[in-house]
Amino acid sequence: MIEAVGLGKTFDEFTAVYDLSLSVQAGELLALLGPNGAGKTTTVRMLGAILRPTTGHARVNGHDVVLEADKIRHSMGMLTEQPGLYLRMSGLEYLVFYGRLYGLSDDLIKKRAINLFERFNMPGAYTRRLGEYSKGMRQKVGLIRAMLHDPAVLLLDEPTSAMDPHSAKLVRDAIRELRDDKRTIILCTHNLPEAESLSDRIAIIKRGTIVAEGTAIELKQQLLGQPQIELQVDRYLNGEVEDLSDLVTVEWVGENTIRYRTPDPTVTNPQLVRHLTGLGLGVVSLYEVTQSLEDVYLHVVEETKDV
Amino acid sequence: MESGDSCCSPVSDSELIIMTAITTLLPRKNDWQMAFIVTRREVRDAFRDWRIIIPIFLLTLAFPALMNFTAGRMVGFVEEYGADIIANQLIPFLLLVVGFFPMSFSLVIALETFVGEKERKSLEPLLATPLTNMQLYMGKMMASLVPPLLASYAGMTVYLIALKLSVDWSPTWQLFVQTLLITTIQGFIMVAGAVIISSQTTSVRAANLLASFIIIPMALLIQFEAVAMFWGNHSGLWWLIFGLVLTALVLMRMGTAIFNREELLGRDIDQIRLGWMWQQFWTRFSGKSETGYPNPVAWYRQTFAILGQLRVPIVIMILALIGGAAAGVIVGRMYVLPAGFQAELRGDNIVRNLEQLEMLVGALPYVILAQNVRVLLLMALLGVFTFGVLSILIFMLPIGLIGYIAAQFALAGQNPYTFLLGAILPHAVIEIPALLIAAAAALRWHITVISPPPDRTLSEGFLIAAADFVRLLLGVAVPLLVISAFVEAYVTPQALLHMYGG
Repeated sequence: MIEAVGLGKTFDEFTAVYDLSLSVQAGELLALLGPNGAGKTTTVRMLGAILRPTTGHARVNGHDVVLEADKIRHSMGMLTEQPGLYLRMSGLEYLVFYGRLYGLSDDLIKKRAINLFERFNMPGAYTRRLGEYSKGMRQKVGLIRAMLHDPAVLLLDEPTSAMDPHSAKLVRDAIRELRDDKRTIILCTHNLPEAESLSDRIAIIKRGTIVAEGTAIELKQQLLGQPQIELQVDRYLNGEVEDLSDLVTVEWVGENTIRYRTPDPTVTNPQLVRHLTGLGLGVVSLYEVTQSLEDVYLHVVEETKDV
Repeated sequence: MESGDSCCSPVSDSELIIMTAITTLLPRKNDWQMAFIVTRREVRDAFRDWRIIIPIFLLTLAFPALMNFTAGRMVGFVEEYGADIIANQLIPFLLLVVGFFPMSFSLVIALETFVGEKERKSLEPLLATPLTNMQLYMGKMMASLVPPLLASYAGMTVYLIALKLSVDWSPTWQLFVQTLLITTIQGFIMVAGAVIISSQTTSVRAANLLASFIIIPMALLIQFEAVAMFWGNHSGLWWLIFGLVLTALVLMRMGTAIFNREELLGRDIDQIRLGWMWQQFWTRFSGKSETGYPNPVAWYRQTFAILGQLRVPIVIMILALIGGAAAGVIVGRMYVLPAGFQAELRGDNIVRNLEQLEMLVGALPYVILAQNVRVLLLMALLGVFTFGVLSILIFMLPIGLIGYIAAQFALAGQNPYTFLLGAILPHAVIEIPALLIAAAAALRWHITVISPPPDRTLSEGFLIAAADFVRLLLGVAVPLLVISAFVEAYVTPQALLHMYGG
């Protein structure tokens, strides 16, 4: 549904994106993570046929981003980083204006707009001027604008930024519904738990190119290694650890705690417990150390810092 | 695009620019429909802004009343001294002023609607819609023009009705139509200028500062119109209107070329990037590629390939050449030299005058070369600010002069062809192609501002065309001009002597 190969964009002497390739299947949600200035917005703008790539090519919904830009803009909904509303208009007036640009009839626009306002927990607010809306409400209107023409592809740049937790949850739920509805979505975000909970796959972009890509689990395995386990025993460890090296890779040893990695905890952990019990050590606790997406992200960002 | 690539293209850059200019100037029905959606929203938004509505309202009703009062007092005053003619000449100007004041708001609205929207970040969502650049431009242009134009027309109507009732004055139809046209076209010029300014800035503040480039010429224009009206030269105003229409068209064409998604979103910082500019220029000028600098033969091969892209500018310049010569002949017939000067055109006098030049012949090639290069540089420089108009006119000037002199030869009973063969042809066969190539490259450079190449930003296109001009100037035109200068200094006089039997 979205296919980019070797995409690059240079603004005069500044290269914002280079050699970026990605693929998003129909109904899939790809989260694009990256630090500020990494090239996320430029990538989204190129995929949204707003900016022309300097190098490479991309197809969205079967259309070339350069040759069929108008078709892409018709079939795609975009939430920009800042909602950019016209504050003197009411919510409904605003959406009628945008709906007309997509060739929708006024009746259809009103029907959809009112439904979406209710869905985003803002019933009745569409008659009020947008200037009276809170930041979160404005962001939701931006999302409604992107969804109004029922697009097959959605490009969402920071959809929950500036939202209170309740509003953010509503938006996330809506995005989840859109994904379940087999829409193709690219989600740019700094919110790592949001990316992990919503996305099918994650791509980390840094300095204009993708430096890591995969599901959250794949990325953790690829970048952080085997699962890490921490085990606590009931007395001081005195050299018993050396005997464990045949079973696991010991990473750190404390007074009565060891942390190790193992490719298959379901097999290794019972063996290890039996071994320690045999040595007369009582196992107090055994748990897998949580490796968050944040660890992955920081690992990737730090690793490529000086590249 | 490297010059080598474009040599094989079936359509040259210049042809593409002309085709793009023509096609993008002709909106279709759907363009109007989409533009009206934008206009309707913008106008509605403007009418909700008291900062725009109150001044427009005051200028529509209060200002015409003030002007009416002024006109009434003035008529009464000058009648006391029997100088009715002064009032008759000033009242039409007041009509123009009444129309212009509300119209001047179009500049404020345009800056607000173009750069203001960019500053408030509401432009990007619009750019993500199916609107084309042209539709968006048209919509915003109409939105900037409609409220001030309506206010302007309303103000003029109020003024004229009141004037009719108070001092029984009404304009001639010609004056009325001229005032309406001048007011309307001035609005177009201000808005089109505002679009160009807006696309080059990132804030309303910066745009307001740059707006003086519009306000000052408009103020000068109003003064010029005041003089024309006071002089009573109303038929001359048609020429002014013609000039204004051309200016508006050029600015609008430039606006449609600049007002595109790339330019609007690609420019985040208002910064002069001299390093980048030099790099762009030098890379194009030197022909540098990933493999390094080309050798002189390859450089010349690339330079000659640029000529292939200059077909349309060369045709334009040839037409200007012919037009200049024809204009020279026509002017020559209209303004005949006095008999004493005509006598100087006889063969024996020419031979005598040539003999006097012999002592200067050593310095002559350098003087001729310096003059030709100076003219080319002047042409290039002035063309930048006039979208090539002055460069064409300057190119026509010497040819026009030759046409004029040839006509004088004919009127003096001499054979003009003898003069042309002896005094012009020997060096012109080298000089005219050299000037033609440089002038065509300069023209292509100048029109990139109005119509940049589709695959480049405005600044890139401008720098590349400038580099092409300098390349052809230094690589082709100047060497040819050196040769022609020596031919003109040493060969042409001999040919002239031969023709006139010296």
